[in-house]
Amino acid sequence: MTNDAAERKLALSHLWVAFIAFILACFMGEYQVLERSGFISAMDSPTVYFASVSTHGVLMAFVLTSFFIMGSGYYIAVTSLKQAVWNRTLAWGGFWLAVAGTVIAAVPLLTGRASVLYTFYPPIVAHAAFYIGATLLVAGSWVWCAIMLLMLRQWKMAHPGQVVPLAMFATAMNALLWLWASAGVALEILFQLIPLSLGWTDTIDPGLARTLFAWTLHPIVYFWLIPAYTAFYVFLPKQAGGYLFSDEMARLAFIVLAVFALPIGFHHLYMDPEQASGWKLLHGVGTFVVALPTLVTGFAVLASLEIAGNLRGGKGLFGWIGCLPWTNTMVLSVILSLLMLIFGGFGGIVNASYAMNAMVHNTAWVPGHFHLIFAGTTVIMYFAIAYYFWPMLVKKPLYSNALALLQLWLWFIGMSILTTPWHVLGLLGQPRRVSGVVYNNLLTLSWKPYELMMILGGLILLGSACLFIYNLAKTQLHPTQEVFAGEIEYAEPMHAVASLPEWLNDITLWNKVIAVLMAISFGYPILQFFFIHAPGASPWGF
Amino acid sequence: MQLEPLKQKCMQHLREFYAQWRAIPIDKLEQKWITISLIVIGLFVGIITVDALFHSVNPPGKIETVDSASLHLNEEFAEENLGVQVDAKGDITIRMVAGRYSFFPKHITVPAETRLTFRWVSMDVLHGVHIPMTNMSTMIVPGYVAEITTTFPKPGEYPMLCNEYCGLGHNHMWSNISVLAREDWVAPARLPVEGAANDK
Repeated sequence: MTNDAAERKLALSHLWVAFIAFILACFMGEYQVLERSGFISAMDSPTVYFASVSTHGVLMAFVLTSFFIMGSGYYIAVTSLKQAVWNRTLAWGGFWLAVAGTVIAAVPLLTGRASVLYTFYPPIVAHAAFYIGATLLVAGSWVWCAIMLLMLRQWKMAHPGQVVPLAMFATAMNALLWLWASAGVALEILFQLIPLSLGWTDTIDPGLARTLFAWTLHPIVYFWLIPAYTAFYVFLPKQAGGYLFSDEMARLAFIVLAVFALPIGFHHLYMDPEQASGWKLLHGVGTFVVALPTLVTGFAVLASLEIAGNLRGGKGLFGWIGCLPWTNTMVLSVILSLLMLIFGGFGGIVNASYAMNAMVHNTAWVPGHFHLIFAGTTVIMYFAIAYYFWPMLVKKPLYSNALALLQLWLWFIGMSILTTPWHVLGLLGQPRRVSGVVYNNLLTLSWKPYELMMILGGLILLGSACLFIYNLAKTQLHPTQEVFAGEIEYAEPMHAVASLPEWLNDITLWNKVIAVLMAISFGYPILQFFFIHAPGASPWGF
Repeated sequence: MQLEPLKQKCMQHLREFYAQWRAIPIDKLEQKWITISLIVIGLFVGIITVDALFHSVNPPGKIETVDSASLHLNEEFAEENLGVQVDAKGDITIRMVAGRYSFFPKHITVPAETRLTFRWVSMDVLHGVHIPMTNMSTMIVPGYVAEITTTFPKPGEYPMLCNEYCGLGHNHMWSNISVLAREDWVAPARLPVEGAANDK
């Protein structure tokens, strides 16, 4: 890569959109914990609160993630395959389509005309621009998926029989996953929500809408998570000073993640009346299967760290822990990420547990859980990847490594302080998605101290987020003579891989397997709506 | 139909796949870890499946439709039929309507340690209901009847909270339920069911 300036600009543009969305949403998050606590009565306003929650959700879950995954994905494809982005004009087209979608959706969101949360909730209806904007954003991400899969195909044609770099294999798997995952929400928006919001249809079947959304709702989480796992496998071992434990097992983990993330969405519908228990149980079993690749990944990360620690002079059973380079942002992020994954994964098992879900469904436990596992485990790895990529993207050294380490620790501490009381509130029965507590019941008195803790946690997180943006901006804008000449380094496996069976080196077979599993797990549950003819629900404002 | 060649082809593919699978080098320690993981996952799945199939521990899942827009014309959910009812066999059914922003009737009284069947419907948008500290939890989706059977082990005063965003007044959507000791509870008279009697 002698001259990759155009590729670097493409990646940087995506990443900046992602992180601008992120910092705006962080300010909203802190406002929300404050408003929700009710400590400052002047702030009380459900109108502002629900507009803010809807925007916070869309910015974090759709904008931050999509743009981060696209931007980092382009850079990983270019550097791991050592070939230019296929059709750069098209890539920029995808970028601007997604930006346009974001802006079009932002107008109704910020003016309080789309306070339907990012999960939509028909038959409540938002302004049509919200749904159209969201569709364009997703369409922009499809351009990225197509380019990733085409680049993989191109490379394989040029290198027959060779092993696809692990980083690209994971990225292509993620593109395949997202194409499948986003189809559900796309069907809901195109055939149900847009026609209803424009007045072309009079009623909607919310049961079908919820089923289609559940199709997307689990795999979307893995779409966000796969870049974090990719960094665990392809960046961490090298940064820690060691080797990747096993290249083949990493591929298997990505395959099981992508394949089994898709046919299991009904764990979001456990408490719903429009699907039968048998289907819910089937999806519930699949949900447990998808815990396996995470357990395998945990093993691989710890094994890679142990190898690195021992190579650096670690002695005895735990000596390697002290010998790890804790001042390396990638290493520190992975350790903190894994700690949050352990607790978040534990909570996830509770949510997944079928009938037990009744105790925590739609309580504060749930946002506590997904903040820990997404904003914690996943987003801290987005930071790590950004800190790693930024000097290479702007060709200047990172402004301050010490500030970056402080920022990562603060994020971990803030997330722990925010999410622990959030989980407890859920067990104490507090519903999620309330803008304040007005229940005339003694139970609510026990909620107050936890809400106070959440404000503190949010404040630490906001400070950490600001440090992150400051460090990236300074790195790019700070005048310096120093030129950063480092190049991206992909970890080597302990045992080199000479050749692989095609199913560990390509996505074609897995695409077919996904098609079969999706037909089994969603075929009848979707078709049933055309037989049972539930009376439609009229649209409502909010 | 020529099934035989197809079957042979499938078998050959499977054999090939198995041979390739066996050729993947997996570290001894990692094999042990995967085995342990599979056992733990199998245990969880096993407990859930046995509970579901043999003890009927299931989330709500009876697909039954209803016209949410015309509940006022619906006999079962007409106003005088809402609330707690005991049938000839002594089974207790509680019919409730959710609408922005309350549950109707506003207050009900039920016995503890008794099997209760709740039937919830929405008259407008999506709602959810949870009685904290219990597993009385279900989504209430317009167009569908949400039926759930449960037993409250402990007497006490509980709130019934709407736990799904249903509009800007969502916070205010809640009602009360009194759970009385079994011996203190008296079946309500057939008519009328009082609304909003204890909500002061």
